Amino acid sequence: MQEFLLLMVGSALVNNFVLVRFLGICPFLGVTRQVDTAVGMGAATTFVMIISAVVTWSIYKYVLDPNNLAFLQIVVFILVIAVLVQFVEMVLKKLSPALYRAFGIFLPLITTNCAIMGIALLVVSKDYSLGNAVVFSIGAGLGFTLALAIMAGIREELEFADIPPSLKGTSVALLIAGLMSLAFMGFSGLVAM
Amino acid sequence: MRVYWGDLIRGLWKENAIFRMMIGMCPTLAVTTSAINGFTMGVATTAVLVCSSLLISVFRNVIPKQVRIPVFIVVIATFVTIVDMLLAALVPAIHKVLGIFVPLIVVNCMILARAEAFASKMPVMRSITDAVGMGFGFAWALVLIGSLRELLGTGGVFGINLLGANFVPWMIMLKPPGAFITMGLIVFAINLIGMAQSRKTGRLHRNLAPACHSQGAQREGI
Repeated sequence: MQEFLLLMVGSALVNNFVLVRFLGICPFLGVTRQVDTAVGMGAATTFVMIISAVVTWSIYKYVLDPNNLAFLQIVVFILVIAVLVQFVEMVLKKLSPALYRAFGIFLPLITTNCAIMGIALLVVSKDYSLGNAVVFSIGAGLGFTLALAIMAGIREELEFADIPPSLKGTSVALLIAGLMSLAFMGFSGLVAM
Repeated sequence: MRVYWGDLIRGLWKENAIFRMMIGMCPTLAVTTSAINGFTMGVATTAVLVCSSLLISVFRNVIPKQVRIPVFIVVIATFVTIVDMLLAALVPAIHKVLGIFVPLIVVNCMILARAEAFASKMPVMRSITDAVGMGFGFAWALVLIGSLRELLGTGGVFGINLLGANFVPWMIMLKPPGAFITMGLIVFAINLIGMAQSRKTGRLHRNLAPACHSQGAQREGI
């Protein structure tokens, strides 16, 4: 239990996916104008992250690794993720229209998100067990959502600030991300990874 | 000949992936801890881009329209695998530092965008020229950012000390916050120059924004 907790805190705060590992920078800069959409995007990404971590882990463990096909992992993972996102979209549409209305619009944006491919590669390269892989991806997703939500909150307030025109938009967002990243460095002693 | 020249230089500045389009931000921020890391990443990405543009352009009339995107992805992923193995064999130390960002070249939207917008429509020679220009544009941007961070973070570039022994290294430049702040200031500088130019020429300047995602977001209406 303690191991799981440490792993989750480690992947959510200490090695935050966006602010420390630089995965998922595109949605971090692109979909953080409002807190609602940022949280929606974060939740949708977390959802897909967990599913794709489980699926790619299983494929690696039971198909690729036993047959000495580990060198195919990049090709296989990217195809699996592309199919998976489409599949999740179809299933959600059919089974839970409410959830689809909340997540649906974010799903097409998720396929080329490096956070999804990143989690598949990280889970395999760290040689996690299935339980650890799930906990790790939940933590990573929570950290991703947290970073997006904080960023969106700050940017909502920035609407009322008098920023020099040439700093407006992405420039000031990157500078704020730098300060957030600096703050997150404070977590680095929290868990020994 | 002029057409090739246009294809080549377009990627270097006018449509530079990092400084104009702001795509491929993840590797840009992650691997630019030193000039040599940025250089290696730039060369690796260029290699994948040129090879996949070549192959896609050769087979552009054979690939069925409906399945073109999956085909492009498989082609790109194959070349990424080859480059990953080459780097692991030739420069193991740098390969280890770049880590998962070598396999993640496969999700760099610059490569898929060039395949879709250019290589799948244009003759082979033009596609290669375009890919070389785009790749070098990406590479020089990575080397520039890497050099800036390495210079302030260690006092030298490419491992050669430039600022003398009395310089106190700014450790933060090598850490994640340094990447965000450096990139933020670069975008600020490009916006400043763009605004000064627009005052002179009267052409409207729009502040830089990541091209891939915000267009997708606009299309989806969020």
